Amino acid sequence: MRRGFWAWLWILAGALYFVVPLAATLQFSLQARRGELSLLAYQNVLASPAFTASFIFSLQTALITIAASTLLLIPTAYVIHVAAPRLRTVVDVIVVLPFVIPPVVLVFGLARTYVRTPLTDSHLGLHVLLVAGYIVLSLPYMYRAIDTGMRAIAIRQLAEAAQSLGADSWLIMTRIIMPNIVPSLISGGFITFAIVMGEFTIAALLAQPAFGPYMSLLASSKVYEPSALTVISLLLTWGSIVIIQLLGRRAGGVGRTGGA
Amino acid sequence: MRHVWSIMRGRGRIAIALAPFLAFLVAFLFWPATSIVIESVLDRQRAFTLANLIQLGQPFIVASFVYTIQLSAVTAVGGGILGMLLAYATVSDALPPALRDAMTTFCGVASNFAGVPLAFAFIATLGQLGVVTQWLRSLGIVIYPNFSLYGFWGLCLTYLYFQIPLMTLVMAPAIAGLRREWREAATSLGANTATYWWRVALPILMPSILATTALLFGNAFGAHATAFALTGGGSQTSVVTILIGAQISSDALANPGLGNALALGMIVVMTLAIGASSALSAVAARWTR
Repeated sequence: MRRGFWAWLWILAGALYFVVPLAATLQFSLQARRGELSLLAYQNVLASPAFTASFIFSLQTALITIAASTLLLIPTAYVIHVAAPRLRTVVDVIVVLPFVIPPVVLVFGLARTYVRTPLTDSHLGLHVLLVAGYIVLSLPYMYRAIDTGMRAIAIRQLAEAAQSLGADSWLIMTRIIMPNIVPSLISGGFITFAIVMGEFTIAALLAQPAFGPYMSLLASSKVYEPSALTVISLLLTWGSIVIIQLLGRRAGGVGRTGGA
Repeated sequence: MRHVWSIMRGRGRIAIALAPFLAFLVAFLFWPATSIVIESVLDRQRAFTLANLIQLGQPFIVASFVYTIQLSAVTAVGGGILGMLLAYATVSDALPPALRDAMTTFCGVASNFAGVPLAFAFIATLGQLGVVTQWLRSLGIVIYPNFSLYGFWGLCLTYLYFQIPLMTLVMAPAIAGLRREWREAATSLGANTATYWWRVALPILMPSILATTALLFGNAFGAHATAFALTGGGSQTSVVTILIGAQISSDALANPGLGNALALGMIVVMTLAIGASSALSAVAARWTR
């Protein structure tokens, strides 16, 4: 009893602090019609073309980021595992560098480096910079996911076995490696999705019509709609993180640490 | 000779496979980061100068760094202590396993809950019209204007929402790793629970606690979106990240060197925090096997 007392006390105190803002947001989002609870704020948000446009923009950006990051990291991780294990320590340090360079510094560096080049002077260029920024942000999580996945299946032995049976690199990659690390890719992909859908700093400072800046902009003109948006974005990002955690418990995925 | 060829070919293949990743890193991480360092000691004519760094001594910039360091320190230490208590609770076998699992999952989620949605959640809770603010008012407790969500303590309270779970997430496995024998040994020598924690468990955990606290410091120092959404880039003293963000938008009129110097200052502080954190983790790793 006495031992359990402290554990329960801290859990309850924690629960109070963590649940109250969520409950308050939910209640606030239902108060758009005076004197009664209604879904008016949600209807307003979902009916707004600006919401749809920014949402689709971020969704596309997330998918492009995941695809590009996968293409970039799989050959890298494969080579590190199979052919150049001595480079492992170097890459391990490199992939955590984004923790030292906060998003605002990264976007500052990108904007300054590519000022007056096609990367900052055109719509397409800015979108490329945005995706590049997101690949950097998600690098620690994506690489760790792929790395863990490859470690779990003893990739070197698999590759050597396939090679001894006459498979070339392409065949090894597409028929042996890829199918085996799909669970890790899904886990890394969901983290990247969560990062991109909620990201504000890079998108806003590159003047991109993404979901994060849209939310922030809405707050200056509306009272209840931002709360409804918060609930929607929470369901989205938290949903994907919960999926990762469930996947991770089954198949050695990765957890994410560090805020933005 | 043939042997040499195959090695060459192997090296070449490795280089080709790594080239896209390396090129990407150089273009979008190394070069921008390096250019911040270089540009901060160059003037408009690209001659060496210390003027940009000296400008960091302006009162509003010093005030901003002090403010951000205070904010990061308070939320790192506060989040560290509260996160430890919560970590202790989540590994305690006095609680049902389902609840502990739920807590761990929640911490994984909440440690990522930074940015615009977090700021909105706290505005809906403790803003002028917030649910809790109104409820307290109905009880006769008026918290504004003595408290403001948009001031220092409001920011602290908001940042703790992702700082506490991050601490819990990292420390819970460390606490779970304390060996039963250590406790039994302490107990058999006459230690009570408090003595055990104070004289045995906390000293063992101290390197990890300090390492994670340094990580929390860096986490708060680099945060931009949460502060921006709360203060709207406000007029009072603002965090360093907001100053840097403002430098991007006002590229043409402001002096470009100042932004670089600010970003350099930020990289220095972050490197110190993360560096201290990983050095301390190395010490902590001695105790875990």
